[in-house]
Amino acid sequence: MSDKVIYVMYDDDEALKDSAKKLVSKGVKISEVFSPFPIHGIDPIIGVKNTRLGIMAFLYGLTGLTVATLGMRFFMVTDWPMNIGGKPNFTYLDNMLAFVPISFEFTVLCAAHGMAITYLLRNKTLPGMPAQNPDPRTTDDKFVMEIRLNENHGISEADLDEMLKETGFFELDKKEIN
Amino acid sequence: MQKEAAIREPLILGHKTYHDITEDVCRPIEDKAPKMWYTLFGIALIIGLYGVGSICYLLGTGIGVWGLNKTIGWAWDITNFVWWVGIGHAGTLISAVLLLFRQKWRMAINRSAEAMTIFAVFMAGMFPLIHMGRLWVGYWVLPLPNQFGSLWVNFNSPLLWDVFAISTYLSVSLVFWYIGLIPDFATIRDRAKKPLAKKMYSILSFGWSGRAKHWNRFELVSLVLAGLATPLVFSVHSIVSFDFATSVIPGWHTTIFPPYFVAGAVFSGFAMVQTLLLVMRKAMGLEAYIHTKHVEYMNIVIMVTGSIVGTAYITELFISWYSGVEYESYAFINRATGPYWWAYWSMMTCNVISPQLMWIPKLRRSLLFTFFISIVVNIGMWFERYVIIVTSIHRDYIPAAWSMHFPSHIDIAVYVGTIGLFFVFFLLFARFFPVLALNEVKTILKGSGQSYKESPDYHKHH
Repeated sequence: MSDKVIYVMYDDDEALKDSAKKLVSKGVKISEVFSPFPIHGIDPIIGVKNTRLGIMAFLYGLTGLTVATLGMRFFMVTDWPMNIGGKPNFTYLDNMLAFVPISFEFTVLCAAHGMAITYLLRNKTLPGMPAQNPDPRTTDDKFVMEIRLNENHGISEADLDEMLKETGFFELDKKEIN
Repeated sequence: MQKEAAIREPLILGHKTYHDITEDVCRPIEDKAPKMWYTLFGIALIIGLYGVGSICYLLGTGIGVWGLNKTIGWAWDITNFVWWVGIGHAGTLISAVLLLFRQKWRMAINRSAEAMTIFAVFMAGMFPLIHMGRLWVGYWVLPLPNQFGSLWVNFNSPLLWDVFAISTYLSVSLVFWYIGLIPDFATIRDRAKKPLAKKMYSILSFGWSGRAKHWNRFELVSLVLAGLATPLVFSVHSIVSFDFATSVIPGWHTTIFPPYFVAGAVFSGFAMVQTLLLVMRKAMGLEAYIHTKHVEYMNIVIMVTGSIVGTAYITELFISWYSGVEYESYAFINRATGPYWWAYWSMMTCNVISPQLMWIPKLRRSLLFTFFISIVVNIGMWFERYVIIVTSIHRDYIPAAWSMHFPSHIDIAVYVGTIGLFFVFFLLFARFFPVLALNEVKTILKGSGQSYKESPDYHKHH
C-alpha cells in the first residue's frame, strides 16, 4: 500500500514542541521527530515511551556479579585453593573480602557493555549503517516532524496542510513511499 | 528549557546560534590543519617513536635495561603507571560525576577530557605489560583454561584486581566516550563534502538518526553509564593504591591510601586537562565555549583535591610518629631528610603549596598562571609517586642491602616516549574528532548562552 509522508521542518526546538502540542490536541498522530539534540519534554507529547534499557543494565550487572562470584568460587575454592600465608580459604565466605574488588569491577563491566550493545542494536545504529535521518540539516540546527497519512485516517491531506500552515513551519516536504 | 540565576556567568559567550556551534566545532576538522599542528605532531611522533624503539629494545633485552636493582624492584615503571592512571581520572570525573551533579559547564570540556582519559590509560597500561618482560604472554593475567593443570591466576592479589580494574575502566570509558561521539559524528557526516570524509564519518556515526526515541535512550544510557562510571573511577584508583597498601612495606601499608590516591588522581587529572585545554581553546578558536569561568571551576577542583592531598601527606607524617613503630617513623624521616629529600620537598612544594594559591580569585582566573600551575602540579604528582615508591623500598631491612635508584637511559626514553605517544593520539583526536560535545552544548545555549541570558525576555515567560 502506498503512503505519503510529510516532513515538517522547524528552525527552533521550542517551535517544534509548541506545534506538536497543537497538532496532537487536534488528533494528529506524529510518527517521528528528528532533532540534533534531545528536545526535553517532546516524548510525552508524541507518545514515545520511556526506554527500559535501565532495567536491562541492571540485569546485565546481576549476570556479571553472578558469573564473578561463581567463577572465583570455582577457581579459588573448588578447583585450586591456594595456601597464602596459611589464611583460611576453604569456603567462599572465608575468602570473600578479597573477591569484592573483582566482583564489583566485573558487575560494572557487564552492565556497561551489555547496555551499550543493547542500545546500539535497538537503535539499529551499527558501524557502516546508512544515515537514517530525512534531511542532513537535522543534525545541525533544524528539527523535523514526520507525519504519515495512513496513520491519520480521519484527517484529509488538505486539512492537515491547513493545520501545518498555522504552525509556522520552516519547510515542508512530502514523499510517496511504497 | 531550563533557566538559571541571572548572576551565574553565561557558559557560552557571544551571540551564538545552534548553527554557529556546529560551525565553530566542525570548521577546524574540515579546514586544512594549520602548520603548527604538523609541527607539534611531528615532534610528538618523533618522541613517541623513540619510546617505541626503546620498548622494543627492552623487550628484546629484558627489563635489566631499566635502572632497577635487587633492592629497588619497582621504580619508574610503576611510577609512570600510577601517574598516567591518575591523569586519566579527570575525564571520567568530569563526564560522569559532573553529569550526576548536573553541572552544565562539563559539556564544554567533557569530550576532550575523556579522550585524554582514554589515551592516558593506554599509556598507563603499557607499563605493567612491558614490566612483565615477556609481553607476548600478557594474556596469562586472565583466568583462561590452560595446559598447566588447574592453574589459575590469584584472585587474592591486588595486582590481579588491578588488571580487572584497569581493563574495565579503559573499556567502559571508551564506550561512554564513543556513545557521546556518535551524534556528533553524524553532524560531521551530514556536513561532509569530500567523499572520503563522508564515507569515514558515515562509518563512525553508525547511521545515527536523531529520532526522539533514540535521544530518549541516549539520555538514559548516558545517565546509567555515568552512574556506573562514578563508583568505577573511585574503585580504580583505590585498587591502584591497594597495590601498595596491602603490602607490608613501611610507608606503603597505610589505610589512608585509597582516598588519598583518588584525590591525588583527580588533582593531577584536572591539571592535565588545564594544560591541554588552555592550548586547545586558543588553537581551535573555542574561546567562547571554554572560557575563564570553566578554567576557574577547574581550578577550584584542583584547590579542593590539592588540599585533600596536602592533608593526607601531613596525616601520614603524623601517624608515622604517633604509631610508635620505629620502622614506620624511619620511612618518613628518610623521605624528608634522606638522600631523596629533594624529591620529597619538590612534591611538597608542587602539591601542597601551589594549589593553595588558587584561593586568590585573581590568580585562579588568570589563564597564564593556571597553565603554569597545571605544569607544576603534573610534575609534583609524578614526584609524589616516585617518593612513595622508591623512598619506601630503597632502604630495606638490612643496611647492607640499601641502595639508590638511578634511572637508565631506557627508563627515561620509555617515559618520555609515552608522553610523545599521548600527544600523538591527542593531536589526532583534535584534528579528526569533534573536540566539543557540540550537540550537547546546544541544549544549554538557551539556558546559559550570553545573548539569551542578556535578552529582556529571559526571565519573563515559561
